[in-house]
Amino acid sequence: MLLLTNLIGFSAVYASWKVADRVKEFFSLLLILITGVMGTFLTTDLFIFFMFYEVVVIPIYLLVIMFGSSKRVTKEYAGMKLTIYLLIGSAFLLVALVALFVKSKAILGFPTMDMFTLASADFPIGFQIFEFVLMALGFGTLLSMFPFHAWSPDGYAGAPTAVSMIHAGVLKKIGGYGLIRIGLMILPGGAAYVAPIIAVLALGNVVYAAFICLSQKDLKYIVGYSSVSHMGYVLIGIAALNLISINGAIIMMFAHGVMAALFFAMIGNLYEKSHTRNVDDFGGLAHQMPRLATGFMIAGLASLGLPGMVNFIGEFTIFVGAFGTYKVLTILAVSGIIFTALYILRTLGAVLFGPRRPEWDHLQDLKGVEMVPLLVLGAAILIGGIAPFTLMDLINLGVGDLVAQLGSLQIGGMF
Amino acid sequence: MSWTLLSVEIALAALGSVLLMLGLLLPEKGRRVMQPVAVIALLGILILGGGLYTAQYSLFNGNYQIDPFGSFFKLLFVAAGILVILSAGRYLERFEERVNEFYSFMIFALLGMVVMASAGELITLYIGLELMTVSFYILTAYLLQDKLSAEAGLKYLILGALSSAILLFGISLVYAVTGTTVIADMAAQFSMQPVMIAGIILILTGFAFKISLVPFHMWAPDIYQGAPIPVTAFLAVGSKAAAFAAMVRVFVIAFPVSTFDWPLLLAILAAITIVVGNLIALVQTDIKRLLAYSSIAQAGYIIVGLVAYNTYGLKGVLFYAMLYVFSNMGAFAAATIVEVETGSTDIKAFNGLARRSPMVAAIMTVCMLSLAGIPPTAGFVGKFYLFSGAIQADYLWLAFVGLIMSMISVYYYLKVAKAMYIGTNDDVSAIKPGKAVGAALWVCLAGTLLFGLYPGPLSNLAQVAIQIFL
Repeated sequence: MLLLTNLIGFSAVYASWKVADRVKEFFSLLLILITGVMGTFLTTDLFIFFMFYEVVVIPIYLLVIMFGSSKRVTKEYAGMKLTIYLLIGSAFLLVALVALFVKSKAILGFPTMDMFTLASADFPIGFQIFEFVLMALGFGTLLSMFPFHAWSPDGYAGAPTAVSMIHAGVLKKIGGYGLIRIGLMILPGGAAYVAPIIAVLALGNVVYAAFICLSQKDLKYIVGYSSVSHMGYVLIGIAALNLISINGAIIMMFAHGVMAALFFAMIGNLYEKSHTRNVDDFGGLAHQMPRLATGFMIAGLASLGLPGMVNFIGEFTIFVGAFGTYKVLTILAVSGIIFTALYILRTLGAVLFGPRRPEWDHLQDLKGVEMVPLLVLGAAILIGGIAPFTLMDLINLGVGDLVAQLGSLQIGGMF
Repeated sequence: MSWTLLSVEIALAALGSVLLMLGLLLPEKGRRVMQPVAVIALLGILILGGGLYTAQYSLFNGNYQIDPFGSFFKLLFVAAGILVILSAGRYLERFEERVNEFYSFMIFALLGMVVMASAGELITLYIGLELMTVSFYILTAYLLQDKLSAEAGLKYLILGALSSAILLFGISLVYAVTGTTVIADMAAQFSMQPVMIAGIILILTGFAFKISLVPFHMWAPDIYQGAPIPVTAFLAVGSKAAAFAAMVRVFVIAFPVSTFDWPLLLAILAAITIVVGNLIALVQTDIKRLLAYSSIAQAGYIIVGLVAYNTYGLKGVLFYAMLYVFSNMGAFAAATIVEVETGSTDIKAFNGLARRSPMVAAIMTVCMLSLAGIPPTAGFVGKFYLFSGAIQADYLWLAFVGLIMSMISVYYYLKVAKAMYIGTNDDVSAIKPGKAVGAALWVCLAGTLLFGLYPGPLSNLAQVAIQIFL
């Protein structure tokens, strides 16, 4: 996860090379943002985890309102919507964490916020369910779980490129990371009980968001909703609660992070030059901007899960893992891939190919520092796709113990 | 009995009188020294109070208690007084020859608060309260030419007198049952009678007026808006904290929970206060009114700690009251600068402040975030204590209400930040705050961040202070 953060943070700085107005504020806020994200991934203490998590939210708000763009919704609206959604999610989370803290005194004899100590405690099942529901709400909001996803497309559309990149690329993953690390590790019983509900909601993510994408005209909205849709796969992977599916979920998070960041970088670049993001305005851009088109293609094809890209590995692993647990749901979710292909190919076709349109002749292709995000992120997508074991090994190392703990539990609840 | 134990009170009374006389004796230009004199003297008193922190004595047959709990609040009041006086400097120039009285009324209000925090007996407490509120009646109406200020002064006088009467009536009912007004002796004489319950509820109502709990909050916004900004700041920070100090002492020591479930009553009031205060604040366009409703909501949070009635909760009350001084004073100091500069208290006056004075805008933002409870500021740690206490005391619903509303409150706090950072203003000339206000702002920033990143020392102080209740 740290690898991901650094990769994207690095590229984001290059993607915003052209920020001319209030440069100092922009980059200092961006660095605070990245610090917050890293802190969240590094800590093993819940209190610190929460602290860093909240540190992230405010710089995003300021970045959106100061540097964002107002196309379909005003940037003030987008920023505020994003902030309030995330903070209310975090309120649930905080209640859950404090309750855990207090309860640990009754169970262990001393109150603690250390993740590993808490994981060794045996909480009563009713409490676990209650806790896990709260956490699912909190992390789910962050991960844009259906129906708490409304902030995500608006937020991305309003945000400046670098923030969209970091947000879609890394920040959302804190939700998935938290669910796995805190939810599954400390509260396995609750997780087993609630998982089916999450799986159903995740299906909502996958299919519903994919349908919305089909009717979107704004490039950023397409990627925004597609990221909601992809998070559905991650959630299904987590909800299936076995080694393969959780591995898949983590790869998917990595994959989506890199892909979404690349996508937003390309869109940001295009928007900067053409001042529009409307799909219908474009056409045949591959003639004028072959390098940008390459970036678009890599990101788009990764997004629809073409073999050879890292996303394919993630999706495939998730479905293999989840099929054993939820047969019907998995089959329905796989259908999401078809819709994804539909809207991605439609978009790519409309923007990049077709006859050359003379009004875009003045657009310059990517050059110099603008190439950095494309190279770094594109390479990550391809390396992960062609040699997935490099990632798998890293992840297995972390997840093995966790799943051993889950193995003894029966998935219960609604089904 | 050693007089040194009372040195803080004596020094304050002396300082108030000296400032009054100094103002009469000094020529017009010489009055400029009054601000530094007051600040330096208060700093001395702060050190004096710090030295007496761990002292624990019962004076005048238990009528007056010197203990860490009282000392904690004394430090708090004096610190608030210093910050108010520092930030008031340029604002006060409009009072011309009446400046000297302003300072001495401030000091006498401060003395009243100190007495309230240490009173071991209800009548002493009432005297402290009156000393404080009477000073505030005058201070509120200090802008003689301003209709709003005069109206605020009158309103405060009438409502304040009413609430004092209610409190006094409650005290007399409780006295009728227990036969004593010494707080520590009451619990032993406690008997469950309708008169007693009426007395407790009346006392509660009297305090609820002072800390502006909903539905007794009506006075606060008008008075906060009408009063001169430094007075508003002192009213919001000091007078509230004093009422909290007295309330904690009276309720925790005198009224045993086992016989009358006052925490439940308070929990309901706290929930209503948090919800109403935050929701009304969402639509405010005047910075003083916004901060007034915000301070109503903040009072609700602090009461949560008293509801919880355990180590975390009570520690939270003290911790929060202290950080509230720094965060709220920072916000008020910034508002004072803006009012002096633009003559307006509308949030629009903050437009473009980030370009006119990046430092003031940044500090204001941090203070606002602290009030909203966002880490790594102190507000987050304070809320953490308060709501941990509530959860531990099985008031989970209250913690939910509080945390969700505090996230909603981010909206209006950020509204100010938004105005400062993206609002546009025709006047783009740089604002240079004076040295004194600047110092006050930096102290507020330091307090807000320090208690947030390294809460240990303050938390220990609070821990020592609440030992008397455990």
